[in-house]
Amino acid sequence: MAELMRTAERSYNPFTILERVMPKLVVAPSFVAMLIFIYGFILWTVYISMSKSTFLPNYDFVGLVQYVRLWKIDRWYVACKNLLLYGGLFIAFCTAIGLLLAIFLDQKIRLEGALRSIYLYPLSLSFVVTGTAWRWMLNPGLGLERLVREMGWQSFSFDWLVNSDMAIYTIVIAAVWQSTGFVMAMFLAGLRGIDNSIIKAAQVDGASLPRIYLKIVIPSLRPVFFGSFIILTHIAIKSFDLVVVLTRGGPGYSTDLPATFMYAYAFTRGRLALGAASATMMFMMVMAIIVPYLYSELRSKANG
Amino acid sequence: MASLVIDEVFKRFGSVEVLKGINICIEPGEFLVLVGPSGCGKSTLLNLIAGLDSISAGEIRIGDRVVNAIPPKDRDIAMVFQSYALYPNMTIRKNLSFGLETRKVPKAEIEQQIEKVAEILQIENLLDRKPSQLSGGQRQRVAMGRAIARDPLIFLFDEPLSNLDAKLRVEMRAEIKKLHKRLGTTIVYVTHDQIEAMTMADRIAIMKDGVVQQFDTPNGVYSNPSNLFVAGFIGSPSMNFIPVSFEQQERSLGVVLTNSKGQECFIPVNSDFVPGQRAVMGIRPENITDTNAGLGNRQQIVELESEVRVIEPTGPDTLVHVELNSTEVICRSCPEFAGDAGASMKLALDTSKILFFDEESGERLDGRLS
Amino acid sequence: MDSTSTGTMSLPQMIGRASLYAILFLFALYFLAPLFIMVITSVKPMDEIRTGTLIALPKAPTLEPWLKAWGSATIGVANEGIKGFFMNSLRIAIPAVLISTLIGAVNGYVLSKWKFKGSDTFFAMLLMGCFIPFQVILLPMARTLGVLGLSGTVSGLVLVHTVYGLAFTTLFFRNFYVGIPDELVNAAKIDGAGFWRIFWKIMLPVSKPIFMVTIIWQTTQIWNDFLFGVCFSTGETQPVTVALNNLVNTSASVKEYNVDMAAAIIAALPTLFVYFAAGKYFVRGLTAGAVKG
Repeated sequence: MAELMRTAERSYNPFTILERVMPKLVVAPSFVAMLIFIYGFILWTVYISMSKSTFLPNYDFVGLVQYVRLWKIDRWYVACKNLLLYGGLFIAFCTAIGLLLAIFLDQKIRLEGALRSIYLYPLSLSFVVTGTAWRWMLNPGLGLERLVREMGWQSFSFDWLVNSDMAIYTIVIAAVWQSTGFVMAMFLAGLRGIDNSIIKAAQVDGASLPRIYLKIVIPSLRPVFFGSFIILTHIAIKSFDLVVVLTRGGPGYSTDLPATFMYAYAFTRGRLALGAASATMMFMMVMAIIVPYLYSELRSKANG
Repeated sequence: MASLVIDEVFKRFGSVEVLKGINICIEPGEFLVLVGPSGCGKSTLLNLIAGLDSISAGEIRIGDRVVNAIPPKDRDIAMVFQSYALYPNMTIRKNLSFGLETRKVPKAEIEQQIEKVAEILQIENLLDRKPSQLSGGQRQRVAMGRAIARDPLIFLFDEPLSNLDAKLRVEMRAEIKKLHKRLGTTIVYVTHDQIEAMTMADRIAIMKDGVVQQFDTPNGVYSNPSNLFVAGFIGSPSMNFIPVSFEQQERSLGVVLTNSKGQECFIPVNSDFVPGQRAVMGIRPENITDTNAGLGNRQQIVELESEVRVIEPTGPDTLVHVELNSTEVICRSCPEFAGDAGASMKLALDTSKILFFDEESGERLDGRLS
Repeated sequence: MDSTSTGTMSLPQMIGRASLYAILFLFALYFLAPLFIMVITSVKPMDEIRTGTLIALPKAPTLEPWLKAWGSATIGVANEGIKGFFMNSLRIAIPAVLISTLIGAVNGYVLSKWKFKGSDTFFAMLLMGCFIPFQVILLPMARTLGVLGLSGTVSGLVLVHTVYGLAFTTLFFRNFYVGIPDELVNAAKIDGAGFWRIFWKIMLPVSKPIFMVTIIWQTTQIWNDFLFGVCFSTGETQPVTVALNNLVNTSASVKEYNVDMAAAIIAALPTLFVYFAAGKYFVRGLTAGAVKG
């Protein structure tokens, strides 16, 4: 029988063989590109972070020395602290406002389409554009401060943009403005996916509307909370452009984030190994959140 | 038209064995139905015949050609899918011609072929529509038309009627049968519906857990099932299974049926069972009926009485539920003679139709009464 | 919830509805304000900006700032506005979007309809590519571009965007094609069609929505990119986002806010246009990329 199969295979014409390997042939370039440009590069960066490199790559292995050094640098410490503060506020505000808007929009609102477009359009903008706009509006001399003073509140002062204690909050403001629509869209999709008969059943049971939302609707949006949390965390860790445009990490380095730190050390200061170490730290932060998420996603999909 | 031989075919997905040595052989022009509950491997087997999946071991021959390593397009088969799988972006005409164009059939010939097929299936007026504009039944016709247009050696049908409503399903069943008469092409037809299997097939392969339980004509699987599974799977309502044990009474060996009131009835069996041996007795509902039905040979009729639990009138017959040996038994009675629920009813049992199965293995015990 | 459709409402219900609308409109205002302020600022002369407030309408609207932003503002060392950089972005985005989308389409087709041993692993590995912070590949990428002689070139950025866009485009197409019944592909196989014929004749004709989603996603991503632009381009090859930042963050003595705003709007126009022209697909891409990721 095996004999028969072999003869049958031998009788293949070249076209059939080509046809057979075609799928693999087609994805091969992407596979190679992925191996090199994603995994190879990550390994290279990790290796550099354990080397003596400064301006140029230097392949002498020094272990974790650069990481020890990194965590002793105040600027990196500030960047991580900022990330926690900024990330926490950013996620909290986006989720709260996004959920609120989604629930409100889901009340058979006239003009829903128009309102939704308005909430979402900032997403199509570059963070550079967003930063430019908010930089102008938060400008202490001519922006909001002047506007409020002209309206009669003479003592009003709003200098967050240049105040090293407050500048990080301006980044939160701009980032929330840009990303809330996205969370709203996800929650709205989640709300629309809820089986209407569940809500009707609760109404028949005599539950009030707020109670239905608190006890039934919002708990059933758990996957959306989870999903948007992951995405927002991811956005927060990668935040770079907004900081560069809005505050350039300043005043001083009071608004630095890991991403701007990495850029400064690796590209402007020529401290490759430290830059690579900070990049690796960022990578590990993202992985710490993404890997469990993907794992649970793929598993639930496999089970379902 | 071609014969089909499936010889010791195995299929494994990873460590899971889905087909465990399938042997089926049909003549050119035969209508084979693969039937079984979901997960029995029937669709996998069809995919292997089509070449959509590869065989782990064994051999499949279409005509006198081993097709194990031949890709689907070179097997000269056509297939009708459960979801019809009509190309949504193409008109019906395009759907019918796609396979022919792929095979580089000359334009004029394609035209001719499509006209012929459209006429056979009466879909001439649908040719320029898109699949989304068609009803379920029309789509089903087009899907068959696409298969016919190709004029293949074998037609493969993968549960083609399961998406239709009940009435249409009965109509299409007859239609497919007519089509088979007209074209004479070999057909392999997969279904989970035993009525489809019984009505359409020349031969039926009943499958369960990757094994062919019985491969026989419709009449054969109905009246002479090889095990409990086949006996229970074919026929609706399904065969009654009553636990019994054999005993010696006077000079004959037989089994005792006890009704809900404790009244016993002895049924003689002249076959080589041992007193004390236990078995499952199988009897179809139409073989326990009212005493007016006039079942076959008078000598083989045993009369017994039992309390009626529930009656289910179906129109032509009334199904009477009674209890024998603490098991619910369904009898098919003439509506006018069926007892009322709660009342006692006289029943006639045709002992020549009794089958016995092994309690453990479910295999048929050779106990046909003569 | 159904009470809204019944026409008759009690007073508390009416107050509830009214405050609902009030809140929604307030938020609409909040989201629109920056755009509104940008637009009015961009058509005000500088002295109006210095004397007026943020939301004061222009008394003497002028297009001067727009012309300057486009053609003569000082960015870096040149006084030629952002027009050249805008063109750079086009030269980067168009090929990168097209190439990454096409490759993604074929990849998605294979990973959904022609699975082979290891194809799921490949997909899972690629999925990671959607999530890595790009900082972790910046340094080796810079070296590689150097070795390839593509440092600071438009082609270099096209390469970078194509490679790192592949994960997303493949994800989009794969998830879309998974939804197309396998039976369709099997029917075509039995009809004698091969790998490419099935792709061209069966898959592509039904792929319009996912092409829209992917192209819009990629266009927005690549056009709005700043990180790759700032790391891998120099001077004249910079994309418009980098140029805008240079303009805004210049240490020139006189800040021309109106020019800044005009330049920002110009940089935002293509993606805004895409958003308002095909918002449906834009949102679908966002949620698809996010939820299914």
